[in-house]
This record gives sequence, structure tokens and C-alpha cells, in this order.
Amino acid sequence: MRRFDEMYARLPEAQDLGECRPHYEAYAQWLAAQDPQLMRSRREEAEVIFRRVGITFAVYGDKDEDGSGTERLIPFDLIPRIIPAHEWKSMEAGLVQRVTALNRFIHDIYHGQDILRAGVIPREQIEGNAQFRPEMVGVDVPNNIYSHISGIDIVRAPDANGKGEYYVLEDNLRVPSGVSYMLEDRKMMMRLFPELFSQHRVAPVARYPDLLLDTLRASSPATTAEPTVVVLTPGMYNSAYFEHAFLAQQMGVDLVEGQDLFVKDQFVYMRTTRGPKRVDVIYRRVDDDFLDPEVFRPTSTLGCAGLMEAYKAGHVAICNAVGTGVADDKSIYPYVPDMIRFYLGEEPILKNVPTFMCRKPEDLQYTLAHLKDLVVKEVHGAGGYGMLVGPAASQAEIERFRAALLANPEGYIAQPTLSLSSCPTFVEQGIAPRHIDLRPFVLSGRTVQMVPGGLTRVALKEGSLVVNSSQGGGTKDTWILQS
Amino acid sequence: MLSRTADHLFWMSRYMERAENTARMLNVSYETSMLPQSAAAAQAGWEGILSISELLPHYRALHDEITPRSVMDFMVRNVDNPSSILSCLRAARENARAVRGSLTTEVWETQNQTWLEVNRLLRSGALERDPGEFFEWVKFRSHLSRGVTVGTMLMDEALHFMRMGTFLERADNTARLMDVKFHAMDSEYFGAPLGSGQPEASQEHDFYHWSAILRSVSGFEVYRKVYSDVIKPERVAELLILRPDMPRSLLASLNEVMGNLQRVSSDPGSETLRHGAKLRAELSFGRIDEILATGLHAFFTQFLERVNSLGGRISREFLLPQVV
Repeated sequence: MRRFDEMYARLPEAQDLGECRPHYEAYAQWLAAQDPQLMRSRREEAEVIFRRVGITFAVYGDKDEDGSGTERLIPFDLIPRIIPAHEWKSMEAGLVQRVTALNRFIHDIYHGQDILRAGVIPREQIEGNAQFRPEMVGVDVPNNIYSHISGIDIVRAPDANGKGEYYVLEDNLRVPSGVSYMLEDRKMMMRLFPELFSQHRVAPVARYPDLLLDTLRASSPATTAEPTVVVLTPGMYNSAYFEHAFLAQQMGVDLVEGQDLFVKDQFVYMRTTRGPKRVDVIYRRVDDDFLDPEVFRPTSTLGCAGLMEAYKAGHVAICNAVGTGVADDKSIYPYVPDMIRFYLGEEPILKNVPTFMCRKPEDLQYTLAHLKDLVVKEVHGAGGYGMLVGPAASQAEIERFRAALLANPEGYIAQPTLSLSSCPTFVEQGIAPRHIDLRPFVLSGRTVQMVPGGLTRVALKEGSLVVNSSQGGGTKDTWILQS
Repeated sequence: MLSRTADHLFWMSRYMERAENTARMLNVSYETSMLPQSAAAAQAGWEGILSISELLPHYRALHDEITPRSVMDFMVRNVDNPSSILSCLRAARENARAVRGSLTTEVWETQNQTWLEVNRLLRSGALERDPGEFFEWVKFRSHLSRGVTVGTMLMDEALHFMRMGTFLERADNTARLMDVKFHAMDSEYFGAPLGSGQPEASQEHDFYHWSAILRSVSGFEVYRKVYSDVIKPERVAELLILRPDMPRSLLASLNEVMGNLQRVSSDPGSETLRHGAKLRAELSFGRIDEILATGLHAFFTQFLERVNSLGGRISREFLLPQVV
């Protein structure tokens, strides 16, 4: 299988020093001059700092010996992932285009359904979809924006000529997380290696919370000049709690739980020490199903009863909007390039990974015949669960997926196994290439904005293609070099 | 600010203050145990610690005997004992974590670091190696926590609720400490009751007893400075109850509680405010001979009841308001 490394055009081996790509040259020289012992101690230093700052994620169900919930660190790798300016420029344009089309699509689905009537997407794909929220039909939202914060997962794989090609692997339009690691990784790199930042012109990312606040304020339905924005968290035992608290603090807004909110006369209020205070914008980090026990899951205590009423009355903004899941489902993903053509009349800038939709008999047949070469994904799966990586799977796993596919073909898609690009990474034995992906965070308010780069995740296990933190993935700082 | 946030901040500070006071008590008992004394007196000292925190039944359920080692273990690292130093530091940190976005980075990191460090210290046997140094460390972390709070937090409601928690807890803890220690003075091991003139034989003993109490609230040097006198129980009581300039006295603590309460209270008809102000006024205008005439134990019992009811009122009015 062909491979593509971000740093080396030819990987170093034994006596061969390899051939470094031009945008990594300055870094490679610096790295070669570092004492390995010093790098090791920097790594330990980073870990101590992350612990003290409390940049941890909670693991559900796990208990420490002292009985409190387990808090783990996401491994942080010292070697940055570097992207040259021209590559980012085209990626950024592609992201703006893609997210704009996705928002148009969600609006269309809950209003005129032009795209269904034009036959671009089969109607049953939408209306039979569990993520389609009939409650949202005909509901107008500010700026017609549904996905205010979008995490678009991008991977790179070699084409026939060995040149790296970017592909969108997944659109995350519900409650994408990870942006706090993007920000904290940068802070850590600047703290550990200040000299690198004077040698390289790395585009800063620290402005993200500012852009996020701007996006949320722009999404307020009220006419008030000073909308009250809050972050809604499921609470401190949620795996992404650190991020919720971090973003609330960075934006200077309240971090609320469902129990802090109540609805009266179709307006949302929070309980404060000086009585009720009206809430205009809710950046929610709680899934649709838990938002309002009167409309969705009745046992949920994470949301607030009556919220949907207030929302439909246009008295509060919920970001991301309810019902965005209909557009980030893996069964909808193959249609995104068509959406771009349909709504914008443009050719997609970013590529999709070729996808077999197992609900189609011919695609199912192909998939079943090539299970050993394909990646099979559950349509509703997330977090790297419910996935078959054919080339790495045992015969038993393959047979298990074959049975599952035959029983429920609509539940699966299949894609060729991409050889994700690699990036040199510190591992036990020293520095070795490990597979990576990239999640830029795209903000849509009155305009579409983002900070350069995103979160680079790295699969720390040799050969592994799964970068999710729940599956032992780590993170790297992502540098967009300014020209 | 959010009521729930205020509640977490309030309790974060209370638990930190409680950890400090537990360390102070244990440290004094540990030092006292190195003085020559009867086995019964030593035992009474350790038992006193358990009764201060109303933990004697809990302790008895776990241990047959009262030994310094097992009392220290129980009060330092027993996770089922909600007043142990470890439990308090965990509760302080959990409360801080729940509202870390409302804290400055420095305050949060101080709390988090304290928690990580106490686990490391206890695992590495620091308590066994040198209990005094461990208790000093707890005090130091509490000083640091208060200092970083005052030094970095915006002076708004969040700070006021944190300060309120600190001083309400301190008023409670100082009163409990004195109640038990003065009670011990009245008991058979020590001289005559307060104010009745002391027989010569017990005076030396009493000196160590009273100076231990003073040192547990960092008041030994203060006493000398204020009174320029030998240690007399009435004056110890006056210093720790009525002196507004003694930072750990009941009046000083109440002054801080009320100052912060007034800053967050927007309702002039608030019952919380009225009850607090009344309690403070009684201390402000109180005299030690009147208090001694009523009996110290009765005084402390009543004081504790009223301080706890003030805490309950603060909770109901600000921290856990009912649905509108």
C-alpha cells in the first residue's frame, strides 16, 4: 500500500536520513539538534502541566481507587503537524463552501424540501432517518443557520502518483468537541518551545473563543443589544466537561446545567442569586434527545422542560439547532457533493471519500465481496465504535459484520481503506510515523469564520487508523505556516 | 450570578477552611502529646478532637481504642469521614471543578494542585514521617488558597460568596474548638472552674493547655501583644470570642460574614440579614464576664445553633432558591 508522510517525502531508514518536505525543513533541523533526553523531560513536563491545569476527560463508569470518577489525560505529542499556507487556503475555501451548503440543506429539509423534490436525495433517506426531527418542520431560526459550530474531519491519503490528497471523512454538526485541545496544545507548545515560534510564522489560534462568542451573539433571536449567552453542559461527569467549562470561561459567560434553567411564558430563565435572569442564546453541549423532557426523552434531567416551546416561539436560540443530525449522518454524507452543486451551483473543493451505500443492492454485493479491503461503518455510529477495518480485522470479526450487513444493510456504509497520512510522533521506541487526521472548527453566524488549522488527532498504536481519544488516540499542535 | 455556581463557591471555601482547622487541631494535639501528661489526659485530648467534630460514634464503630495513630488516620485520610482532611480537600476540589469556569485560572490550579499533592503526600508516607510538617502543609495550602482568591478574583458576588463560606466555617470551627477545650478545663483532669482562682499545682499544666489552644488558632503571639499578661483563661476566651481584631475570633468571623452578606443582599427586609446582624451585634456589644456568668458551654451551644441556622438561611435565600 502507498503511504504518505506529512514530514518526509522519503521516510528515514537505517543509514538513510530520508528526504524532508520543504515546509518541515526548519523544524527538522531544529529537532535533529535537540537532546533526546531533553525532549523526554519536556514530555513529562507537559504531562504534569496538563494534570495541574486539569485538562482531562472523564471516563464513563470507571472509578479510581479513591472512589471518584477517573480523569484521564489525552496524550499530547510534541511534534507539530505542519500545513503550508497554500494548502490551508484551499482547504479553508472548501470548508466554507461545504458548511454553507450543509446549512442550506438543513434549512431546506425543514422547509420546502426542494432537494427531495428535485430527486437529488431519495425522500425515504430523510424521513426515515432517526435524526430527522419533525418538531423542526417550519420552524425559522436566526440567519437560517443550524450548524453554528461544525467540526469537519479531514484526512489525507496518497493518490495514484503518491501525492497527498485531502478528503472529508465526516461532518460533525451536532456537538463537535475537541477545540479546547486545539487551544491548549498551542499554549503548551509555546510554553515548552518558545524558540520554535520565533523561527516559524505560525498562524495564531487563540482568537477562537472570541469568534465563537461573536457567532453565538449573532445568532440571538432577541432584539436586545446585549444578548445573554450561556453554555449548557450535562455536568462535571461528562467526558467533555473540561471543554464546556473552558469555553464558558474564555467567553465570560455562565456555564449552566439543566437544573439551572426554567421556562416561564415561553421564555427561558436561569436561577441566579438575584432572581431569574432571561437567557437568549444557549450553546448546548447536550444532545437533542436530552434537551426537553416534554418533547424528547421524558426521563432526561439534563435539559429543561418547555425549552422547545420557547425555541419554536423564537424566544431563545439553541446552538447548534435541534435536528442538525439529519445532515451529519453517514447515510447522508455521500450526498454532500451533490448538495454543494444543488444549492451553490459550484463544484466541491473538498473531496468526499468514495462510499458504498449498502442499502443499494449492487453496493452491498460489492461490500460483501471485498470486506477484507474495506472499512465498514455503522450509519449512526460515532467515536470510532461500531466500525470494521477490513485489512486489520480477524476472520471472526469479518464474519460478524457480514451477518450484521445481511441483517440490516441500511445500517451500514463501506469505504475503501484509506492509507491515512502519517506524521512523526514520539513513541516508546523514539520517533516513528503514526496516522493522523484533522478537525477544523467552522463557525457560522452572519458569516462563516474559523481560525487557521484545527485539532490534529494521532493514532498512537502502530498501524492503527483510529484516532479517537476514547480509543487511545492523542493530539498534536497544528501549524498553518504563514507565507 | 447562577445560584448553583454560588453554592459551589460557598462550599469550596467552607471545605478548604475546614481542612485547615482540622489540621490545626490535630497539630496542637500532636504537639501536646509530646508533653509529659497522664495517659488519661492524653486520651482525653485525642477524644476531644473527635467530639469537636461530632465524630465519636463514627470513630467508635471502626476502632475499639483511642490511640493517637488511629485518630490521626481517621481525621486525615479516612474517606468515609466527611470531616477528614482528605475528604475536605476532595470536596473543595470537586466543588471547584464544578464551577472552574467561574474561578480564575490561578484559583482553580491551586485547588487542583492541592488535591493532586495531598494524594501524593499521603501515598508517600509524609504523615507518618512528620505529622507536624504535613499539618503545616495543609495550613499553607489553605493560606495560599485564600491569598490567590483575594489576589486574583474579580471583586463581585463570586468572591463575596467564597468569603462568606470561609468565615462562616471559621466561626463554627473556632466555637467548636473552644467548646471542647474549655469543657476539658472544667473536667476532673484540670484545676478549678473558670474564674474561681486557681490552685498553684495546676497552673503549670494550665499554661500548656491554654497556650495550645492559642497556638491552634495562631493566637499565642497575638495574646501577648494584646494583653501583655500571663495566660489567663478569661482573657483567652475574650480574645477568641469578642476581639474584632483577632482574625480567627468569633466576632471577626461574623464581621466578615456580614460584610459579604450585605454586599450580595439586595433585599433590605431580608431575614437572613436580620438574623446575622443580631448575632453580630450581640458579640460586638457583649462582655466576657456576662458570657462567663451564663456558662461557656451554654454560650457555645447556642452560638453554634445560630451560626448553623444562619448558614441554612443563606442557602435558602441565595444558593438553592425554589422554583418561581
